[in-house]
Amino acid sequence: MAQKAEGMLSPYRALDLTDEKGLLCGKILGDMGADVIKVERPGGDAARSIGPFYHDDPHPEKSLFWFALNTSKRGITLDIETADGKDIFKKLVKNADFVIESYSPGYLDKLGLGYSVLEKINPGVILVSITPFGQTGPYKDWKTADIVAWAMGGHMAPYGDTDRPPIRISHHSQAYLHAGSDGAMGAMMALYQRTLSGEGQQVDVSVFESAVQSTIHHNPTWGSGRPSAKRGEVRMGTAHKATQLWPCKDGWVSYSHGGPSRLSPSLPLIKWMEIEGFTNDFLKVFDWNSPDFPKTSQEDMNRIEEPTGRFFIAHTKAELLEGAVKYQVMLYPVATTADMLENPQLIARDFWIELEHPELGIDITYPGAFGTSSEMPIKITRRAPLIGEHNQEIYEGELGISKDKLALLKQAGVI
Amino acid sequence: MVKKLLEGIRVVEVTVYQTGPLTTQALSNCGAEVIKIDTRMNMIGGGGGVGGGGGAGGSGAAGGLQKSTNKLSITLNFASPKGLDLAKRIIAKSDIFVENLAGGSLIRRGLGYEDLKKIKPDIIMLSTCMQGQTGPYATHAASGHKLSALSGFNQIHGWPDRPPAWVAAYTDNIAPCYNIVALLAALDYRRRTGKGMFLDMSQNEGGIQFMAPLVLDYVVNKRVAGRTGNKYAYAAPHNAYLCKGEDKWCAIAVFTDEEWVSFCKVIGRPALAKNPKFATLLARKENEEELDRLVNEWTAQHEAEEVMNLMQAAGVAAGVVEKAEDQERDPQLKARHFFWELDRPEGGGKFLSPAGAHFLLSKTPYELKTAPTLGQHNDYVFKELLGLSDEEVAGLVKEKVID
Repeated sequence: MAQKAEGMLSPYRALDLTDEKGLLCGKILGDMGADVIKVERPGGDAARSIGPFYHDDPHPEKSLFWFALNTSKRGITLDIETADGKDIFKKLVKNADFVIESYSPGYLDKLGLGYSVLEKINPGVILVSITPFGQTGPYKDWKTADIVAWAMGGHMAPYGDTDRPPIRISHHSQAYLHAGSDGAMGAMMALYQRTLSGEGQQVDVSVFESAVQSTIHHNPTWGSGRPSAKRGEVRMGTAHKATQLWPCKDGWVSYSHGGPSRLSPSLPLIKWMEIEGFTNDFLKVFDWNSPDFPKTSQEDMNRIEEPTGRFFIAHTKAELLEGAVKYQVMLYPVATTADMLENPQLIARDFWIELEHPELGIDITYPGAFGTSSEMPIKITRRAPLIGEHNQEIYEGELGISKDKLALLKQAGVI
Repeated sequence: MVKKLLEGIRVVEVTVYQTGPLTTQALSNCGAEVIKIDTRMNMIGGGGGVGGGGGAGGSGAAGGLQKSTNKLSITLNFASPKGLDLAKRIIAKSDIFVENLAGGSLIRRGLGYEDLKKIKPDIIMLSTCMQGQTGPYATHAASGHKLSALSGFNQIHGWPDRPPAWVAAYTDNIAPCYNIVALLAALDYRRRTGKGMFLDMSQNEGGIQFMAPLVLDYVVNKRVAGRTGNKYAYAAPHNAYLCKGEDKWCAIAVFTDEEWVSFCKVIGRPALAKNPKFATLLARKENEEELDRLVNEWTAQHEAEEVMNLMQAAGVAAGVVEKAEDQERDPQLKARHFFWELDRPEGGGKFLSPAGAHFLLSKTPYELKTAPTLGQHNDYVFKELLGLSDEEVAGLVKEKVID
């Protein structure tokens, strides 16, 4: 039997049938204590072939992408397209609170496993469906990719250089992570409703809409008739162009002079610069207490930025982070993944955790909990499952399927 | 009988800018009664009050309205002893309290979890700030624009041969997701156990969740993730391509050989599919620059929407690089009622709000109404909820406690 994880969601069970579009959803529920069972196709899910890989070895049991998004889950293999597979799946649904899936809309219905069927097996079950464009609408059968979701979501148009195409965030899909966390949010909302109504329902998450939702930070112009921000134009409505990302001694730092007066981040930095001798005649006479940045001319902004640039290039990222806290300057270095692991705050908060990978013979450091609760820990309870790691535990131990039958099902390619 | 999603749940917030207001907005749009405590001070500089001023859009934009739909607004100066007492009395009648001031600010002002637990033992309090409520950097104030750098996103945004690119306050939109999930889980936990809790949410720790595969790549392989432009390991073409018109682009992603054959048909060059330079994924990756030029030659002659529609009809993933105005008329968003056209609370027209909740539910729809004007619900909260008399409220207004 699995050890019962202590957490806010420990009474609940989720069956996770998602691909890379929805993996984060189950991880979040699992990190809060739910018993999440990753249901993979026999031989392992396709998402196991997504890199990066442990020691760059592209092996399905060595995908770091898989590791990162499947913590706190157990794992079984099941072909739900076979008749036996469907039967077993229905048995599992009886005791599940959530079924999370990211198949094309209509796929589960075609298999006879759509919400209307699951609801009859278990009226309380909550089906979380994470799809490229949602269950309805003219685009519902369209394909997506991160770059497509990111483009349509509005995350690309404002970013990049004017002489090149708009850009996405590099590497793994950000859009799918937003969709996964939105799935967890919908699952929780439906769970609360279930306590009022006694009934489950289907949660319909669109990767496209998740991407749009997450542009609110740069895109509040909806309905205003004003043009959206353009690439290479970080700030509108000022008489100058201000630098946002500056080179420093060993990388980059994010800082900007300007902004509305109450937010004015400049005075603390100017004081710090002065202490270390980075100043000029203009800085000494400029009114830092009530600066009118929007009206500051390009010429004056250049006079402010010149010693600022000299100051940054003379300091390392670590020095700038420490000084930012000490002098209350609103800046942060552009951290690399290497820098993060050295961040004194994350270390002090015990953010990083070590997870044992006995099959690899090592412990791997993982980003820890997404939040801290005074009452019930949010935490990673186990490393990602191996292919079919908990088949016996669940099929034999919980469903009572005999060893003989399991052997048969395995030969038939059901598990 | 279907009830509203969060019927009977009352939330109080002391929030500014993005993460706090966006956290509670998902709750208000799903039917919780959310009371935003504002002070006139918050309004200076567009710091995230309920009115039109807040948000990155600056004054006149709907940023503040879009973050305040379905909320109630009161104006209360809780820096005064009487104001603090009133704030506590409101919180004592609530289920959830959310704040996103700099770490420790509310403890100094008498509204920390320890204070609130005394008056409402099962309160669920959530604090969301840059780097968490404990540790040496707890009190450091900054903004999501900078925090996105610390969480690693600028480092992986842009071209390999150029400096990191701006990503605005990206993490401001990751943090609310984790906040909302944690609050809803805490509500369920309280329902079962009767216990409230304090949730300490660091925006940096939430942001790094979205970096996790790259963190492991460093830990295991000592590879520091950099910028790859629009390239993706196992797809080509994979880029945004310039289309007809001014600054119009369409993203196209071809992963499989089957998609490649379809792609070549769409651009009217079926023979290209078999050209040894591009016939296999390895070949396409090797000749990606040349391939991108070929794709651009074709896209330049077509509207971005046309490129998207033709590709999708042929089973190739493609999407217009949409701007706000494109999204407003996007047929898919329209069909799913993503945007809500709402009356401006002060009158004088409409504003457009995104859905606020991040999903649709098959049995329990949610409804967006309007956003409040500043202090619109002072009477309801102070008189109906707290039971103060007309005279008492008038006195508090005069003393500028209700401000």
